[in-house]
Amino acid sequence: MTTLQMREQVHSGPTAWQRLRTSRNFIALWFMLPAAAFLILFLAYPLFLGVWMSFTDARIGRDGVFIGIENYEWLWDDSIFWLSVFNTILYTVVASAIKFAVGLYLALLLNRHMPFKAIIRAAVLVPFIVPTVLSAIAFWWIYDSQFSIISWSLIKLGVIDQNINFLGDSNWARASVIFANIWRGVPFVAITLLAGLQTVSPSLYEAATLDGATAWQRFRYITYPLLTPIIAVVMTFSVLFTFTDFQLIWALTRGGPVNATHLMATLSYQRGILSGRLGEGAAIATAMIPFLLAAIAISWFGMQRRKWQQGTDND
Amino acid sequence: MTETTASDPRLAVKAAATVAQNDDSEGMSYLESLPRRLVTLYLPLFVILVVLLFPFYWMGLTAIKPDEQLIDMETYNPFWVVHPTLKHIQKLLFETQYPRWLWNTMYVAAASTVLSIAASVLAAYAIVRLRFRGADTVGGAIFLAYLVPPSILFIPLASVIQAYGLFDSPLSLILVYPTLLIPFSTWLLMGYFKTIPFELEECALIDGASRWQILIKIIIPLAVPGLISAFIFCFTLCWNEFIYALTFLQSTPNKTVPVAIVNEFVDGDIYKWGSLMAGALVGSLPLVILYAFFVEHYVSAMTGAVKE
Repeated sequence: MTTLQMREQVHSGPTAWQRLRTSRNFIALWFMLPAAAFLILFLAYPLFLGVWMSFTDARIGRDGVFIGIENYEWLWDDSIFWLSVFNTILYTVVASAIKFAVGLYLALLLNRHMPFKAIIRAAVLVPFIVPTVLSAIAFWWIYDSQFSIISWSLIKLGVIDQNINFLGDSNWARASVIFANIWRGVPFVAITLLAGLQTVSPSLYEAATLDGATAWQRFRYITYPLLTPIIAVVMTFSVLFTFTDFQLIWALTRGGPVNATHLMATLSYQRGILSGRLGEGAAIATAMIPFLLAAIAISWFGMQRRKWQQGTDND
Repeated sequence: MTETTASDPRLAVKAAATVAQNDDSEGMSYLESLPRRLVTLYLPLFVILVVLLFPFYWMGLTAIKPDEQLIDMETYNPFWVVHPTLKHIQKLLFETQYPRWLWNTMYVAAASTVLSIAASVLAAYAIVRLRFRGADTVGGAIFLAYLVPPSILFIPLASVIQAYGLFDSPLSLILVYPTLLIPFSTWLLMGYFKTIPFELEECALIDGASRWQILIKIIIPLAVPGLISAFIFCFTLCWNEFIYALTFLQSTPNKTVPVAIVNEFVDGDIYKWGSLMAGALVGSLPLVILYAFFVEHYVSAMTGAVKE
């Protein structure tokens, strides 16, 4: 830019185009555009469309007409729907509680000093890396009614005298899918909590030990309070993903035996896609939203508490 | 540990000696005896590791076991294999469309990851550094988008995809997966961008660089570790995705590995297990290898997203 042009510009001030071109808001608009396009087209719009579809009698291949809350009335009287709600809550509560307990325990173990620490930590995360469906297939084989390795080992040890029908009996099937879910979820909980544990200063433990604190007291009064915010976030994610789980169930039992392991997500798929009653499937999916909002609210309060503890905002 | 020294000289001398002997010890670990560590640390850790890794051992073992050993658990010890065979893997690769499914999975995952990372870099930069009006609200909305699960979106999305004429096309997955990946990677990259000093950008602005040049020449090179983390994590997430792929893809050659494994191998054949496990193994290996090279990045992606 020559001196002459610059002088001219100082004289007349930047043009409207130049002001627009350097405006942060205008540039940000272009920067946000790709992400916003994806999220609006394929996330926000379907979210509202889903709620709308739950009030229609849409089927595969034809648009529905508005039928008010008929789908919900139908579901209200449907015992299989309530069974799936019960299963989902049972699955979420039991699996999340055990994942939290085992995950925290594993994180505390991994946080201690030991040889081959890096390799052990890397190995712990492997179940989380391998695609859920593929590990579920391995569990399917482990749970096989005839050739289950668990049944075989227990028979050889003399604990039982005939094969356990892992995926054929209602209660065994529930226990089996919950175990597989815990197996996959524990590494995530453990590794993220471990990251939180590593930020706790060792000098706190040293001071507490000098004051005569027992191991339990050190955990209860140092580790736990400092870890609460990260526990809140991790468990929110864990609850959210367990509640909306689909693939593990679909690969292992497809909701059977006799709907004993049907979760709301799998029932929604069965009714909405396989039977083609999109409206009813969308209603089941929409019925999950209140539970998800509750989980998000908990997460939000967890974060608020962290801000309050740190005394500053997140930046 | 000088405080300990002051309170009990005898203990301190002993402690100092132990610490000197054993360079591995850290913090207070010298306070524990070996038998105690064995019971409270190594034993439980060993049990948990065995449970966590056993399914993979079993998967690998089944994939190379001859059929007759699979169903005869009396003559052969099921925990071991006598004459390993590559028959199952060979059958998988040459008699099914497995290579095609693997290719589908890989190319869908790579394409949607690249798209998402590009969109996320732009969005994260705008939110963190351009500080436009409403940036905080947009950041919060993106976090909320991360919490919307696919299980409540697949039905309406199926009709959207149908309306766009993308049904049964891998393109549908390439366009839909970014909704899972963008919230996560934007959130992760925002954390990375915050750590890059403002001053670098200010210098560049004074030198006459445009925002675009700053992003390409300063921010992106400095955020490479964050980009690798986001890339690895997104790629894994795509590979793992199931419900959208199951809903949108109908014809056999278009399927991804997870969907194909569940739908294409399930016949009444008692001998399916060998090739099924081989399929699961071959489908997992690329991710495990990728993970082995980038463990640190992967862990920082996972924990970074939770911490921020």
